[in-house]
Order: sequence, then C-alpha cells, then structure tokens
Amino acid sequence: MAPPPLPFASLRTARAAIATGEASSAEVTQACLGRIAALDPDLGAFLTVDTEGAMSAAAAVDAARAAGKALGPLAGVPLALKDNLSTRGLRTTCGSRMLEAYVPGFDATVVSRLRRAGAVILGKVNLDEFAMGSSTENSAFHPTRNPWDPTRSPGGSSGGSAAAVAARLCFGSLGSDTGGSIRQPAAFCGVVGLKPTYGRVSRFGLVAFASSLDQVGPLSFDVRDAAVLFGAIAGHDPADATSALSDVPLDLGQLPEGGRLRGVRIGWPREYLPADGLEPAVAAAVRRALDTLGALGAEVVPVSLPHAEHAIATYYVIATAEASSNLARFDGVRFGHRAAEAATLDALYSRSRAEGFGLEVARRILLGTFALSAGYHDAFYAKANQVRALIRADFESAFGEVDILVTPTSPTTAFALGERTSDPVRMYLADVFTTACNLAGLPGLSLPCGFDDAGLPIGLQMMARPFAEAELLRVAAAFEDAAGVVGRRPPAAAEARP
Amino acid sequence: MSLTWEAVIGLEVHCQLLVPQKLFCGCPTTFGGVPNARTCPVCLGLPGALPVLSREAVACALRVGAALECVTRATSIFARKHYFYPDLPKGYQITQYEAPLLEFGGLDIDTATGVRRIGIRRIHMEEDAGKSIHTDAGTLVDLNRAGVPLVEIVSDPDLRSADEAVAYLKALHEIVRFIGVCDGNMEEGSFRCDANVSIRPAGSPVLGTRTELKNLNTFKGVHRAIEYEIARHAHVLEEGGAVVQETRLWDDAAGRTRAMRGKEDAHDYRYFPEPDLPPLRVDADEIAAARASLPPLPAEIRRRYVEELGLTAYDAGVLTSEPALVRWYETALTHHRNAKGLCNWLTTELLGRVAVGELETCPVTPAGLAELVALIDDGTISGKIAKTVFDGMFESGESPGTLVETRGLRQVTDTAAIEAAVREVLEANPTQLAQFRAGKVTVRGFFVGQIMRRTGGTLNPARVNEVLDRLLAPTDNRPDES
Repeated sequence: MAPPPLPFASLRTARAAIATGEASSAEVTQACLGRIAALDPDLGAFLTVDTEGAMSAAAAVDAARAAGKALGPLAGVPLALKDNLSTRGLRTTCGSRMLEAYVPGFDATVVSRLRRAGAVILGKVNLDEFAMGSSTENSAFHPTRNPWDPTRSPGGSSGGSAAAVAARLCFGSLGSDTGGSIRQPAAFCGVVGLKPTYGRVSRFGLVAFASSLDQVGPLSFDVRDAAVLFGAIAGHDPADATSALSDVPLDLGQLPEGGRLRGVRIGWPREYLPADGLEPAVAAAVRRALDTLGALGAEVVPVSLPHAEHAIATYYVIATAEASSNLARFDGVRFGHRAAEAATLDALYSRSRAEGFGLEVARRILLGTFALSAGYHDAFYAKANQVRALIRADFESAFGEVDILVTPTSPTTAFALGERTSDPVRMYLADVFTTACNLAGLPGLSLPCGFDDAGLPIGLQMMARPFAEAELLRVAAAFEDAAGVVGRRPPAAAEARP
Repeated sequence: MSLTWEAVIGLEVHCQLLVPQKLFCGCPTTFGGVPNARTCPVCLGLPGALPVLSREAVACALRVGAALECVTRATSIFARKHYFYPDLPKGYQITQYEAPLLEFGGLDIDTATGVRRIGIRRIHMEEDAGKSIHTDAGTLVDLNRAGVPLVEIVSDPDLRSADEAVAYLKALHEIVRFIGVCDGNMEEGSFRCDANVSIRPAGSPVLGTRTELKNLNTFKGVHRAIEYEIARHAHVLEEGGAVVQETRLWDDAAGRTRAMRGKEDAHDYRYFPEPDLPPLRVDADEIAAARASLPPLPAEIRRRYVEELGLTAYDAGVLTSEPALVRWYETALTHHRNAKGLCNWLTTELLGRVAVGELETCPVTPAGLAELVALIDDGTISGKIAKTVFDGMFESGESPGTLVETRGLRQVTDTAAIEAAVREVLEANPTQLAQFRAGKVTVRGFFVGQIMRRTGGTLNPARVNEVLDRLLAPTDNRPDES
C-alpha cells in the first residue's frame, strides 16, 4: 500500500493551514494515520496508535475553528509521544513487559500542555526499556528501524520519537533525554532534537529513569518547529519541585530567516575533536559546520573541558544509582506485572521483577544498587557526584568565554541493528558527547549537519548556558538556514512533499 | 560477684504532625476511613508522580524544633531510604538522613534526683508508610497513611532508667500536644516510640551493645519493656554471654521482648539525596515565626502558677493538662484575678460537668465564671448561692449578675433585716426554741436551715450566725423578752 504523502513540510505550515481552513485537522490526522498504517509495520516506531483519540481530538479542533474559537499554538497538529510519558486512559508501557498493560489515570504535565495547545496525539512511540539504551533495541516489544536504512538503529532511547518524525509519520514528537536520548536518535535519524535545561520542562508524569538528569524535549523536522514545541511544553510546573521558575521566552517560533551570527562566540572543545572512536566523516562534517558558523559572522574558538573524558563513567554511576531507586516501585504489588503463584513476599518481588524487566534494565538496577551499597557508596556514588561538580565547573568556565559550544552529537552515524547489543560498554560509548550536558543540566540540541558516504545523517550538537534555549535555537536556526541539509528526506519519506 | 549495672537509654519518637495534608501531596491526613480512599498518584507511588514538599508541614516541624530548643539548619536535605515492603509504595521512604532540619536540642525532665536535661540529638521530617493488615486470607494494604507527615525526634542516650525514659516520653508527649503539632494518640499511632537500650558497669565510660525495642504502644509498655530488657542484658552478661545488637519486639501480653527475624544490620538502606526535591531552605523569618507562634510550655506555666499565683502543684498540673484549659483559665483570669477561686470553680464545678473539649462551646464562659467568683469575693452572693447561680448559668447561659438580680439572690448583709428574719424563725418555732433552751444545742442547726430556707439562702451566713448566737444567748435580747 502506497502511503499518502504528508501534506505539509513543517508543523508550522500545518498549523497555519488548519487555522485558516486550508486543511482540516481531520484530513491532516488521517494522512498521518494512513502513513503509520502503511509504513510503521516495517519501521516499528509506534507501540500504540490511538486512532480514535486522535480523530476525536482533530474533530474537536475543527469544530472549534468552525465555531470561530481561538486556536492553540499546536491546534490540530498530529504528534507522537515517547511511551514513558503518562497519558490518561492510554497505556504507557515504557517499552517494558513490566508495564505492558499499565494505563495511567493522569496525563504528564507536558501531555496536558500539548492537549491544551490543541495538539492531536496519534499514539505512543517506541523506546529502549525505561529509556535505558542507545539503540531502541532494548524495547521489550520490537526494535525500531532507521528510516534512512532499515538495517540500522534509529538510536535511542527516543528511537521511536526520532524515527516517526524522520519518516514523516507525524509533525513532531516528544522524547526524553537522560544522557543523550533525544539528541543521539535525532542525529541518527536526521531530525532536530532539543534537550532543554534541567528544570525547564516539567518531569511530572515522565516515568523516571534518573531524576537528576531526565528532561523532556521535542523532536522535529527543523529548528523552528522545535522552538514551537518547546514553547508549548516549557515553563514552571508546581507539581515538579525541580521545575524552574524562570520565564520561557516568547515567540520562539519567530526566529529570523537567514539570521547572521555577528557577536556570537562559539567554542569547540579540544577534547572532542579529535576523539577516540570519532568517525572521520563525522569529524569532517563538524569542522565544516564550524566553518559555516564562522562564515555567518560568529567568532569560533577552541575551549577546554578538562574533565569531559570522565563524563561517561560519571554518568553511568549516577544514572544507574538513581534508576535502581526509581525502579524500586515496580514490585508487582500495586500495578504492573505480577508473577503468578509466588508463594512468599520475597518470591513475589524477585519473580515479578525478573519477569518484568529486560536484561539491560536488570543490569542497570544491579549496577546502581551496587554503587549505592554500604561500603561502596563513597567510592562510586559520592565520587561520581564530585566529578559531576567538576564537569559542571568546566562548563561554567567555558561559558565564561563563549556563548555556544559545538560538538558532534554522536561519534558515529547510525550503527547496524544488533551490532552493539552484546557489548554494553561499546553501546554506552555512543553517549560520549551527550552525557556531560545532562550532568551539567545544560540545554543541548542536535541538528543535521551533513551525511556520510553511506548517505546517513550526521548530527551536530550545540549547547548553551542554563536557560539560554532562545539563544541556542537562534544560532541553530541560523546554521540550519545556511547549511542547506534540512531538505533531504529518508527513503521512507521521499514521497512526502518537500 | 554481682556488678552494679547502669542502663543507657535513648528514645526515637515518631510524631504525626497535625496538618491537614500529606507531606508530598494534597491528600488529607485524617485517620481511618475507607482503605486507600485518601490516595493519589503521588502517595500511591505511581510511575511519573513527583513529590512536592508541604511548607505547612515544615512550619509545623519548626514549631517542634522551637519547643525543644533545637538549632535549625538553613539548608536540609531529603534522602531516600530504600527497602521493599508492600505498604511502602515507592520502594523507598523519603526522609532526612545526613542533613536533618533540626539538631542539638534538649528537654528538661523531673527525675528522682531533680531536674535533668535530656539532649535531643536530631529531629528530621519524613513520610509515613501505609499500613499492612494481616488476615487469614492474606495481607491487605491500606495506603491512607502513606505520605502522612512525621517528625522523628531522636534523643541522646542520656536516660538512665525506665522511669527516666517514661518521664522524658511523657514530657515530650505533653509538649507536642500542648503546642498543637501532634494529637499524641498512641493507639492510632500518631505518637510512637522505639527505645535503644544498653547497659554497662556503673561508672564505665564504654557503651554496651544496644538492642532496639519496637512495638511500645503505651507509657506502661515502654516502662515494662525497658525494665525487662535491662534485666535481660544483665542476665546475659552475668552469665558470661554477649548482648546481640538487634531489633526486638515487645510482647505486651507475654511481658517479654523477642528478636525480630532478620537483623536490622543486615539492612542496607542505600540512602542518597532525594533528586526529586531541591534542598529545603528555611530562612530566619520562618524560624522566628515558629518561635513566636509557640504558647508558653506547660512546665513553665506550672512554675508560674505555683510561684506567682499561689496555686498548689496539683492544681497547676490539672490546669496545664490541656492547652485549651490553660487558654480558658487565663482568659478568666483577665476578668478577675482570684487565681485559686477560679481554679476551684473551673476544675471542680465546670469540669465536673463538661469535658475539656467542650469548654469552648459551653454556656459558661471564662468571663461569666470570673464574674461569679467576683460576686462571691465582694460578698454579693455567698458560696452556697453561687452554686445556684452557677446552675442557672449552665442552664440558661445568662450572666451571673443578671441571674442574681432577676432571681433575687443578692446576699443580705444588713443586720436589721437579718435580725428580723432570725426573730421570725425563732418565734415561729417555740418548741424548738424551748428544746434549745433546755440544752439541746443541736437545734441551732435547725434554726439556721429554717432561716436560710425562708430567705432563699440570700442572707450572709456569717451575719446570720452572728445574729442567731446573739439572740440565743442566755443573757440578753431573748426574743421572748423583747
């Protein structure tokens, strides 16, 4: 079955067309559902498609427009949600057998904000189980394929969010990023992914992986769409005590076309260029990107992040420690998978958890439990927090000299499915450029900056000072306008309108 | 050879804070009710739910700290304490570990050897767990209590006997109830105590191995359990054995402690700072507000009542048994400063009829009772008539002044009027008068009764006696001679 083309090239044009009546939300939603039906059986981006909910939300927007009511900033636009964001009445599996049948009674704050903005929620997309992974192969249900090459991984853990956007099954999606889980799949799939500043977007309703690192953010076709989605979900939430009070800049979607970057200072960390395992094509693309930024008027200088090399080790201690705690609630008592015929309480716990959790989740719970254990706590968890403070100080110092830091998002382009599943350490190294950003709580964005010889997209990471998303988006938009890579579509979406 | 042992005891007391909402969500804290009805995603520990700290509970904890003279940390940290149990929804309890809100306080207690200060090592905030109800059909879990705000008050190991431990516990119980931070209900578990007990040879600076006693639900239970445990330790050591560090449950019916299965030291709680909650910052204004909001504490009030108001220690104790009683009494005192009189009327008459909790809604107000005592004191009515007036106040809610006037109860002190009444009675009862004259002096009481009855008790009794004695005297003014 040939999929219907996606009728608009961006979330913004779709929103505008729906608002003017050029297209109805029902038509646009139907087109997305048609593409999902045609393409997703092979792609595997979705875990749950909510046809009924999506069509009813679309009808509501169309009715509101017909009645002359004011429309929200995302009115009628179909989106996909990573399946670790709680959705009222719609099962939220976290890609885990543990929550295969779990239906939340409440919406995550970001979900209710999307609904209030008029968004149409198509369904829930795939992820590594509990967001633990870098390839989406740790999903308990099925892997997701990369729209650019079905033998390759879309990255992870927000692989479903990235693949669904890249394949034009929706106009944008939300993912979550604990150590790179939005940016790395965005890079692998050739889309834009934004991890906001820690505290910028509410975590309420996001099933926690590592609470001090997790952030929800958008994946989109381009930088300006990311800005629109970010604007819709960001801002203080009294239900999240770690949510920041600072204001979200308005009119993020109004980034100037063909903006220049005079006066902007851009730094590239010496420790990252070159780096072990960095593919030459990626290094070359990043150097070209730095040239482009320079040509736009930015001052491009090298900076130093002396503790960057410890970021991965630090991250995997802190993230697993917090995960071991956050996942303690999945005990088979109140919700989620419960082992049948457990004779004792201990058996109920150990069997429910052994049956409900996959291998990588179990590995991380064990690692984290060990890191927090009496006698090891100081050597691991406490030490990791000391290094975290040093990494944060590195960034503070770098941002004394520059406004934006530029690095590769991932050392490689999309790797083949199955290539790294038996080697967890090698899998963890996919996050080598992204974890420091989470450890320091900074906003980070990945956008396409080129392609390798196999035609796979290469991602460029930009990071900014805390709460400087507006500046980050402005610089990213200017680069995107100048770099001219945004028009390329993966084969799966080639028939979509340019 | 028999050694003299010295006991070293420290208490850990959990107090449920009297605030309307749970520590990290908006659910009500009321006790009981339909199981699991007062829950929400946060206190059920549902995936994605996040805790938000109740500042009201913090303010309440600060009051406890102020009353126990603690130092407040400007920045304290919540931590996760991990263990698996069905009534612990998240698999961890949010508590404070390395950086508690309050530290270094103390509480004075009366002991056999005088007043002693017991150190308060720390007071930290934490959430309660739910309740497991074990039935024949299996274990049921009620999470209504999950997330209810607690403070844990940890004493220094300064207590040396079961008596001292109970004195400390009672003093603490009195204070938390008095300042309104805890209802002190031990049966419902809103005031719970664990005891750490060890013994050492008297005079030794080295601490012995301790055991932790749980399931101490009454003051008496605390006393018996500690006595038992001290004796048990002594027995073990005197037999050449070693005390095992462990948690032991007090079995009140059997009158003994027994080891819980699974030693506490096998537990690794894997504490780490709660990443969902930023550090708790408390500013000087909040600490000052907590201090300013405290009523005078009962021990201080008792001292003042005895030294300044001249009450007995017993009366002072009765009056300070409840904060509401102190408030009522002190309001009455502002209207009339007869401390003893007000105390008597309040504690014997009024509390003979109503419970302390009903004082606020009782028709007899502090001002009314003060007016009644004032009427007695200025001779307007007698103590006996006052009881009648009091009955009227209680029934009608009228002021004593109004009752005295409308019912004509004003005391008559005018000698002429009294003499007329006395003469009238003596003349009306010649038989009795003759008996009196014949030496049956007990008839005098009959005359007093008759005089009072005829006049409705309004005659000043002292004057009546005076006049009666004069008229009955053998030498002059005999009624039959006038």
